[in-house]
Amino acid sequence: MEPSFYFIQLLNGIQYGFLLFLVASGLTLVFGIMDVINLAHGSFYMLGAYLAYWLSGVFGSLFLGILLAIPLAVMLGWVVEKVAITHLYKRGHLDQVLLTYGLILIFDELQIILWGNDSHGVEVPSILSGSIPLTDIQVYPVYRLVVSLVCIMIAFCMYFIINNTKLGMTIRAGASNREMAQALGIDIQRLFSIVFSLGVALAAFSGMIAAPIDSLYPGMGENILIISLVVVVIGGIGSVKGAFVGAMIIGVSSIYGKVLFPDMASIVVYAMMAAILLWKPKGLFQAT
Amino acid sequence: MKQIILETNNLTKTFGALMAVNNFSIEFTKGIVHAIIGPNGAGKTTLLNLLAGELAPTSGSISFKYRDITHAQPDTISQLGLGRSYQKTNIFPQFTCYQNCWIGAQSRLNTSMRFFRPAAKLIDVKERTEKALEMVNLSHQSGTIASAISYGEQRQLEIATMLATEPELLLLDEPLAGMGAEEAQNVIELLLELAKNQTLILIEHDMDAVFAVADRLTVMVNGSELETGTVDEIRNSQAVQEAYLGEEGF
Amino acid sequence: MLNITRPLKLFLLILLLLVAISPLIASGFYIGLMTKMMIVAIFAMSLDLLVGFTGLISLGHAAFFGIGAYCLAGFFSQADHYTIWIALPVSMGGAALAALVIGWISIRTTGVYFLMITLAFSQMFYFFFFESKHFNGDDGVFMNTKPEIFLGSFQLLDLNHEISFFYFVLGLLVAVFLLLVMILKAPFGQVITSICANDQRVRALGYAIQRYKLVSFVIGGAIAGLAGFLEAAHTGFITPSFLSWHESGLILVIIILGGIGTLYGPIFGAFALVLLEDLLPELTDNWKLMLGVIIIMVVLFLPNGISSMGKKLIDRLKPKPITEPGSSKKTTVS
Repeated sequence: MEPSFYFIQLLNGIQYGFLLFLVASGLTLVFGIMDVINLAHGSFYMLGAYLAYWLSGVFGSLFLGILLAIPLAVMLGWVVEKVAITHLYKRGHLDQVLLTYGLILIFDELQIILWGNDSHGVEVPSILSGSIPLTDIQVYPVYRLVVSLVCIMIAFCMYFIINNTKLGMTIRAGASNREMAQALGIDIQRLFSIVFSLGVALAAFSGMIAAPIDSLYPGMGENILIISLVVVVIGGIGSVKGAFVGAMIIGVSSIYGKVLFPDMASIVVYAMMAAILLWKPKGLFQAT
Repeated sequence: MKQIILETNNLTKTFGALMAVNNFSIEFTKGIVHAIIGPNGAGKTTLLNLLAGELAPTSGSISFKYRDITHAQPDTISQLGLGRSYQKTNIFPQFTCYQNCWIGAQSRLNTSMRFFRPAAKLIDVKERTEKALEMVNLSHQSGTIASAISYGEQRQLEIATMLATEPELLLLDEPLAGMGAEEAQNVIELLLELAKNQTLILIEHDMDAVFAVADRLTVMVNGSELETGTVDEIRNSQAVQEAYLGEEGF
Repeated sequence: MLNITRPLKLFLLILLLLVAISPLIASGFYIGLMTKMMIVAIFAMSLDLLVGFTGLISLGHAAFFGIGAYCLAGFFSQADHYTIWIALPVSMGGAALAALVIGWISIRTTGVYFLMITLAFSQMFYFFFFESKHFNGDDGVFMNTKPEIFLGSFQLLDLNHEISFFYFVLGLLVAVFLLLVMILKAPFGQVITSICANDQRVRALGYAIQRYKLVSFVIGGAIAGLAGFLEAAHTGFITPSFLSWHESGLILVIIILGGIGTLYGPIFGAFALVLLEDLLPELTDNWKLMLGVIIIMVVLFLPNGISSMGKKLIDRLKPKPITEPGSSKKTTVS
């Protein structure tokens, strides 16, 4: 295999890592700040993907579809938070696992009712459907590059918000010491709603832009959820920086695992996690 | 003949930029009551946590009965004969008082990895449990759930659970915290009784208790030892009075 | 602490009798269904040991269930005859070994990290079997025949008969229950129950808590392996789905619904859920949706599970105990 092949896999790994980062950052914040294990987080990724599929079909344009899907996803997330999640703040992890597991069952069935058991695909918008040449033989799809770029921009925005704004400071305070933040007069309920909505939006958006790359299928929410959990655990709960580093590690090693060990590709991710946790049982970074 | 039961050598603990315990060197003599006093934030509880093994020192060493325990785990240290009680009541609230002490008493078996015969049949554990409860006058609450007894009784239960492990050296973190006058008196009498056969190191803010019970005092300020001496020596010490100006007590 | 009061003992005994005579009145289908319920009940109790009595909330317990099943499949699927005296220990041993390795790595972590690392490990094993050619991947493995139970040349039980298998599993269910009761009343049980309540304090009292947690984890894993073995022997078909995280989630749901930390609660939870899984699909194709709603309802309105409902009823029936001063006869370490 020539070096450019491995380079392309590296790009794919990074792009996958970015998508994972979007999903995982929401998960880690919800967990770090609200101390809520939300197993249904992956369902929002799935929701985003199916919304994009549906709306782009209705309007004939992925861009329009995504534009409309985002507020819809956020609204649905808000509803879920008010109806179900809000009861979990005072409950233990066991109850949270149980309730959000129930949510997964419900969302998965709803997806099958609405869109059936088959796989679906979303077409890449024609403007972005070209490829960029890398070497004389190898090319790289424009859409994937655009996805990575969009994610980089979002990552920078998040970095900026978290480190340079009052909201970000509040989030960091809540992540490192919730009780203290409350004692200092921060409106915890509002912070929770904002963080949860942010998490939903990120996960759904990730699902939307990933839709043309991967196919849509029943149970896709769980797959991304478990990998995101691995990312969060590696990165350190409550740390967005950790989610980024973890996502990159998992993204790249996952893609390379498929190339180097095609028979045992899936195991690579978990073996990596075990190794990191042996070295640092609480993940790579602490919540800042 | 003075025997050193516990000593530290340049014991230091830093948390980032904060030096909680600063080059603390001290010898604790066996068989006496040694009190550690000092303003809030002086590092007293951190010191206790270091001695009990629940915190790892940044540098320095600790030895118990001439044996290095600097990096030992809390369970090893407990098995060597050191018991501790906590400032924030640390009992098993949903267990009965008897069950609380039982788990302390059972720890002195050579192993608890026993799966077949019921624990209730272990006579020596039963005796240790009952004795511990009796020492703190909680025998009458034996069958009561720990969350249902009064705060003062819970502090006593805390001590009883530790006593059930039959320690030689007792580390007590503010045993009188939050107690009314009568309850405090009970605990002072208990401490005097315990002092007959065991070594006590206690952190306390209640000065009446300290004077009633302590043989030696160490004053700790900003993570360092300011002065150590007998009760009278400390009382008359200029340096201590200056450090305590504005503090209640003396 | 494990607390099975006299009225409850009576209740459980009556239930046991009812279950024991049911094959005489029920049809073959229901006997098979009840066998499945009992197998899931064994699986559930093994997780309750971890979650309810040691405080180890694992989301990867199905791994040991599946490994027990695949040990049977791996060694004996092609065999024409094989004895249970070897097959069963092999399955349980395989599961216990896996639990030892996974436990040794995982128990360094606590709380949600432990939850996720157990999930991740079970996923690892899931994908191992899914992608393995040796085990036919997703197509699964079929067992040629059921294990034989002979003593010398005398056949104790013929597991090919549905009723015999039923009583075999019933016997094991009772045995596992009694075994766990025994372990929990023993010194070991006192330690892990205390670890569940306040593990740092237990450590400060002189116990090497990691060791006790690990032993508990291995025992739980071994019993889960037993359940997996039984399921594999019963249906004769083993697939990677035995290890899916849905199974891990579902068994956690079962013990929470039934009431954790009771040992009998999970048995009720298992019976209830297997029944639901059997009945609901007849009501609607989208029964998983209903199940999800039921689960959410239970979490919100019955925080202590079904058995708390039952317990409240039983409490109203029995006379109040007298706590006399100094009456140490009442204060048994239960």
